[in-house]
Amino acid sequence: MRHSTFFWFFLPTGAAMLLFIAFPLVSVVLQSIYAPHPAVLIEVENCTPLVGCTTETTIDQDATRELREREPLGRFVGLEIFFDRGHLAITEAREAWSSSQSWGEYFDKLGNLPFYRAMAFTLTFTFVVSPLVILLGLIIALTVNALNERLRGLVIFFSLLPFVVTPLIGSLVLFWMIDSRGILGSFIQFLAGDPSLSLKASTGLMWVSIIVYGVWHAAPFAFVIFYAGLQTLPQDQVEAAQIDGATRLQQVRYVIVPHLMPLVTFVALIQLMDNFRVFEPIVGFNAQAHAQTLSWFIFNDLGGETRQLSSASASSVLTIIGVAILLSPVLVRTWRDFKGKV
Amino acid sequence: MFLKKIALAGTFAALASTTAYACEIGARVSIVGNEFPAIQTVGAGAQECSGAEVTTNLTADHQKINVPGMQGNPAEYTSAIIANSSIVALMNEDVIRPLDDLVAKYGGGLQKSQLITINGNIMAVAFMANAQHLMYRKDILADLGVEPPKTYEEMLDIAKMIRDKGIMENPIGGAYAAGWNLAQEFNNMFLGYGGAHFKPGTAEPNVNSEAGINALNMMKALSEYMNPDFLTHDSNATNAEYRAGNIALLNMWGSRAATQTTAEGVTDAVKAGHAVAGPMTVGGGDTPASTLWWDGWTVAKNISDEEAEATFVAMMNGIRPDILQDPEVAKQAVWLIEGYQPTEAAVGVFEAAKMGTTPYPMLPYMGLMHTALGNELADFMQGKESAEQALADVEAAYVAAAKEKGFLQ
Repeated sequence: MRHSTFFWFFLPTGAAMLLFIAFPLVSVVLQSIYAPHPAVLIEVENCTPLVGCTTETTIDQDATRELREREPLGRFVGLEIFFDRGHLAITEAREAWSSSQSWGEYFDKLGNLPFYRAMAFTLTFTFVVSPLVILLGLIIALTVNALNERLRGLVIFFSLLPFVVTPLIGSLVLFWMIDSRGILGSFIQFLAGDPSLSLKASTGLMWVSIIVYGVWHAAPFAFVIFYAGLQTLPQDQVEAAQIDGATRLQQVRYVIVPHLMPLVTFVALIQLMDNFRVFEPIVGFNAQAHAQTLSWFIFNDLGGETRQLSSASASSVLTIIGVAILLSPVLVRTWRDFKGKV
Repeated sequence: MFLKKIALAGTFAALASTTAYACEIGARVSIVGNEFPAIQTVGAGAQECSGAEVTTNLTADHQKINVPGMQGNPAEYTSAIIANSSIVALMNEDVIRPLDDLVAKYGGGLQKSQLITINGNIMAVAFMANAQHLMYRKDILADLGVEPPKTYEEMLDIAKMIRDKGIMENPIGGAYAAGWNLAQEFNNMFLGYGGAHFKPGTAEPNVNSEAGINALNMMKALSEYMNPDFLTHDSNATNAEYRAGNIALLNMWGSRAATQTTAEGVTDAVKAGHAVAGPMTVGGGDTPASTLWWDGWTVAKNISDEEAEATFVAMMNGIRPDILQDPEVAKQAVWLIEGYQPTEAAVGVFEAAKMGTTPYPMLPYMGLMHTALGNELADFMQGKESAEQALADVEAAYVAAAKEKGFLQ
């Protein structure tokens, strides 16, 4: 391909990538290293109903506007926000290290810092949900594939439903079902023989509920991908394995799974990314007392009465870095395979 | 007598029709605000205006969208309905305009107490007052032979009696959902114990104090009598528990008092037994463990003068005195509108005002403190850490946020 042809061919894609990927990245990084100007505060007299007039502190708008016009980006803080207590908490983590007698005590203190607490949940969620989704998706795909043609359409439709339901709605539905007065909550109380058992009051059980929701929601995605892959399975290989006396399990292990391996990689990549930025179930389950994630921090920073844009941007950058680290093994492998082929 | 009545009715009809004609606007109006019955009434009143389109977006998520929706030029929302906590965010970002000129031109029917004045400028027009106060089941308390509690200590005693008698397992309700609600309950209790959130005249936090520890311990004691899921219960969920007859005592918003028995599925026992009283004190203090609020509306800065004028006129129509002639509307809130006669549902808020309840602090950095409290107190409520540690965490989280926003160096 001539260079000019390539250029014109690539231009629309390149422009879209620049606009929708590169610029937002630059913007979010910029916002994370700049913070608002120091607030100019003044004492003023406020008058409100039922209370009358009182002296209160407020922001001096004229002085603040002047500061803003001079330096519209705000004040440069470098990595200060990344290192503060709401994020990597460098000072606090170091202090926890020097004041701890044992590893247990150290992790305890680390767990009290929002970022590390969020990481503990996010990583647990990611590394439990992703493999389970792949496994469950594979099992459903194999089962559906073995079904009678007539039944298949119906079963596919119903297996896809959890994925069709909007995540927030899906988690809300489950949230009410596991309520101590809900159908699942009451059933679990009955099973455990403990009428005061509450899933929502225990951190451990809340984690389990969110993980169950995560698997329930994402398994159909893996199922659809694997099911599509199964349609391309060469029948002669399966027949050859059958003639060689392979059991059903051996066929799956040595013929089907290797055939689906590129798809497994694909699903794993998407799942790692998706699960690392888990968000909706935290909101849907009202779970912020038990489980927090980086995405939830962003939501919370922007949802308070005073919005913290710099802090939210720093959390976004940390999320991007986290996803990059998680995906690196898979990406490195893909790159090696590619080099091997050339 | 009969003629007099007819004449009176005729005057009212004439009044109603003149005001209806009066609301004629010449530019778009777009309102964002919280959703509870009184605000829906005001929004509907503004929408009665003719001549241009009036749209409303009333949602519990209003404070997530009002600042971004007013920062553009022209602003998407021409008016935000806010309370004394959320006006601070709009003031901090400088997105609302002074209303002095519009009040002079169109604000004839307003009472002076409705005008929220900040630094000499009228920045908002208040239309209702609000406070959290006691709601209780008078039938259950009467059976026990006790008076409604005046203090949180008494509330605990009564809760114990109800549990011991086997009437209810978890008789106390509270909007203790981690986040904004939990922080608000802490604010109530903290002020009740005489605490102040900041060191005087500075943005330095001051919650890790004796008052803070007492407040947390009292909240913990109350939570022992709550549904174990309390950290997920916001006002709506708490009210649902009350309406279902599962709780007998709760500290709840006055703006919810009138509708407490009108929702679907309220049991007859709750309908007959529902009663309200003033806020409670705590720890022998005189100031109620509650906060005083007003709700009002503002006009955006980044809009044309015609739009500002249209917005003001439409909002004035939403809070015109004759909306109070509808008895349903009259009991929706403690209206600050001229001619308002307190209804039975208003007793709690009036009592709160009379008892000298502290208003919710209107400080530029209070929002950050509220967020920090909401995030860091849940660990203590679950028994995972001590009160001192939780409050130290709150202060550390607040300081990090305040440094970022430039309130602390």
